[in-house]
Amino acid sequence: MSLRGIVKRFPEVVANDHVDFEARAGEIHALLGENGAGKSTLSNIITGLYRPDEGEIEVRGRPVQFHAPRDALAAGIFMVHQHFRLVTSFTVAENVVLGHHQASGQPLLVDPRRVERTVAALSQRYRMPVKVRARIWQLSAGEQQRVEILKALQRGARILILDEPTALLTPQESTSLFETLRLMAGEGRTVIFISHKLEEVMAVSDRVTILRRGRSVGTVSTRDTSPRQLARLMVGREVVFPPRAQDHAVARTPVMEISSLSAQSAIETPALRQVDLSVNAGEIVGVAGVAGNGQRELAEAITGVRPSSGGSVTVAGRRLRSSSPRQAIAVGIAHIPEDRLGTGVAPGLAIWENLVLKSYRQPPLSVAGLLRRGLARRRAGELISRFRIAGTPETAARLLSGGNLQKVVLARELSSPLRVLIAASPTRGLDVAATESVRGMLLDAARSGVAILLISEDLDEILALSDRIAVLYEGRIVGVLDRDHAQVEEIGLMMAGTGRATEHA
Amino acid sequence: MSLRIERRLSIPGWLPVAVPVGSVILVLTGHDPVATDRRLLERGFFASGAISGTLVTATPLLLTALAAAAAFRMQVWNIGAEGQLYLGAVGASGAGIALHALPGPLIIAAMVVAGILAGAAWGAIPGILRAAFRTNEIITSLMLNYVAGLFITYLIYDSHSYWRDLSTFTARVFPQGKYLADAASWPRFDLLGMMIPFGFLLGILAAALVWLTATATRFGFEMRVIGDSPNAARYAGMRVRRRIVTVMAMAGGLAGLGGASEVGDFRHVLDPRGIQQAGFGYAGIVVAALARLNPFAVIVVAVLLGGLANAGYSLQGPDFPAGLVGTLQGLILFFALGGEMLVRYRIRWRGPQTAAPAPAPVAVAEAGS
Repeated sequence: MSLRGIVKRFPEVVANDHVDFEARAGEIHALLGENGAGKSTLSNIITGLYRPDEGEIEVRGRPVQFHAPRDALAAGIFMVHQHFRLVTSFTVAENVVLGHHQASGQPLLVDPRRVERTVAALSQRYRMPVKVRARIWQLSAGEQQRVEILKALQRGARILILDEPTALLTPQESTSLFETLRLMAGEGRTVIFISHKLEEVMAVSDRVTILRRGRSVGTVSTRDTSPRQLARLMVGREVVFPPRAQDHAVARTPVMEISSLSAQSAIETPALRQVDLSVNAGEIVGVAGVAGNGQRELAEAITGVRPSSGGSVTVAGRRLRSSSPRQAIAVGIAHIPEDRLGTGVAPGLAIWENLVLKSYRQPPLSVAGLLRRGLARRRAGELISRFRIAGTPETAARLLSGGNLQKVVLARELSSPLRVLIAASPTRGLDVAATESVRGMLLDAARSGVAILLISEDLDEILALSDRIAVLYEGRIVGVLDRDHAQVEEIGLMMAGTGRATEHA
Repeated sequence: MSLRIERRLSIPGWLPVAVPVGSVILVLTGHDPVATDRRLLERGFFASGAISGTLVTATPLLLTALAAAAAFRMQVWNIGAEGQLYLGAVGASGAGIALHALPGPLIIAAMVVAGILAGAAWGAIPGILRAAFRTNEIITSLMLNYVAGLFITYLIYDSHSYWRDLSTFTARVFPQGKYLADAASWPRFDLLGMMIPFGFLLGILAAALVWLTATATRFGFEMRVIGDSPNAARYAGMRVRRRIVTVMAMAGGLAGLGGASEVGDFRHVLDPRGIQQAGFGYAGIVVAALARLNPFAVIVVAVLLGGLANAGYSLQGPDFPAGLVGTLQGLILFFALGGEMLVRYRIRWRGPQTAAPAPAPVAVAEAGS
């Protein structure tokens, strides 16, 4: 397939500016770019969701025009989205044939046996083990992704697009996904792999096309390139991730002590089981784990957003009440929540309002029940320039990009007097430049003595920043490792629940 | 072909469609549309004494609309202004009856306070239910309207309550409430020939207070955050559930004040039939929506709709059935609300061949409400 001179304009931005892209049969082609570089727009054009304003698309040498996603499906193009499009109460087999069962010759009824046989055969052939009769909600993220890929294969996809497929996977699951992808490419299918993670692009792809600010800046063969060169192409300059300062001594005084903390999930099943952990002043403790193993509950139980069902959190000698965000804020726990838009900020409100979200109730911002808006706006102006947020105090938060939104959250959390910082996936979805600056801020905070709990599904990030690494599996801490002794393989096994037994349980 | 609705980029002048459509109906039923429309305007606003009559309807509308708007701003859906108004009337008339011997200003002050408190207590019920049991306040506040309606009917018709007049034989056979002392009648102010009810002035004051609370206070800030994102509010340490109860009580108090004004300004008795017939609580929701929840716009819209209703009373007669009045009023409301949507959105026909420009980003074009 090839795309030439694709232009897609939106009222405020040109999302794709004369993008050229070409992927051959039988190759894994990575599409690399920062957030907002135009990857999503391009994949939406390829899958027929958007129509380009200019440019041509050819599939197998023939020019095509997609008016709707079904046209792209008919041309054999299939996409696996980051957020799976599965019916959670249906079985694996049912999902695989969903929307396609007419083609199996039975317009109304689905023969479950036959469908299950087909799906099982496919899953064996591509080495993607799934339980065909299991319902989707019973499966892990990795298994759900396999179902999505099976769906594509069942429909005879010739071109498969995967949008950040490893975001929810353990290192082992990623490796086995890569094997499957190679198998598919080996049969002459085209795999387009969208990512902003350099390591995995290097590991899996044959060629890489880099997008920057809506333009294609080049296509290189993976064999002839290096992560360094890719990063430069992607950002347009050299990137330096601040190395973790080895010299700065971590104090031995625990600031936050968590003991046998338990909490329930939103559907009232145990999600956090008897977690013990302490974080010292100036220390970054990373919490690794596959998404959905209690990370969210851990962050929320500490910060009081979620009631705990047992155990305690003690900060600077004060034992916190369960379920009191107000008290947690008062003792100096800052919180960068996983869900930025909607929890970290109120999206409809202005930047200045979001910057005073936690400090509005104390003087000098509040006097006799009245809010001093002038003062709040002036302060917002200062923070906006200090943290280089692109916007004015009056800009509504929902209009900000992910990176700027995160800067608003950080500006608010770091400008308050804080002892402890709970950072949940602080760089998820951010581009390289924004990631660099967020990590820099976390390191600065640690250097100034803040105890940081870094909860992240990005293992590279945890390894790059943490002094100690705790692994969370099914709500339990299954091990705590010193950074110097941590190995990716071991952490990966622990994340999958097969690592060394816990001494905490 | 696809029919789509998108946000408009610019606001066109909205042309009232209600008048021509209404004219067609008038012609079909054998009435002169021009004369009818002129009569409508005169009776509502321009004839001598018309504004005074209009304000009689506008006063409760203003307060129930504020009750809806104050809660809606926080995404708390108070549909219970109707019942809160009844309870306000119960509270105010009770205070008026009990304190009949006191000097007028004291009775009136007591009636205002009692009306607000009774409405606030009634309004707080759905708030507490939502905070404690996560019930849906739309359902509970709506259901409580019926409870409140039956309650006031019970007070006058089905019991020998404190509110019922049992002093004469006729009153025992034909149930009615105790009339208040003359001193308990709320004052009216003459402004260029318009009689302004005291309740209307209180309503304007209340509108200003609602606006001040929303914009300048800590509580108003919390209301905005909770309305926009309850998760963010909780995360920021706001006591979301308490605030929901507070705002429901506040809304109930506003509607309760409307009920007090019904008794003190106009009826001087607890009259279950009359007060239930008007449906001020529900009309108040329409007023609040048309005013886009802006407290000052609520004043204007309440007067406009009050005028419409007032003109309706004087239009209807042997040659002009009440149903036709209702039809005309309904048309005006329908097109005003429809036009409100068209001001913000536009409808486009899109053929399969022409590549449509991308829709305006919804977020940017919102005028804010």
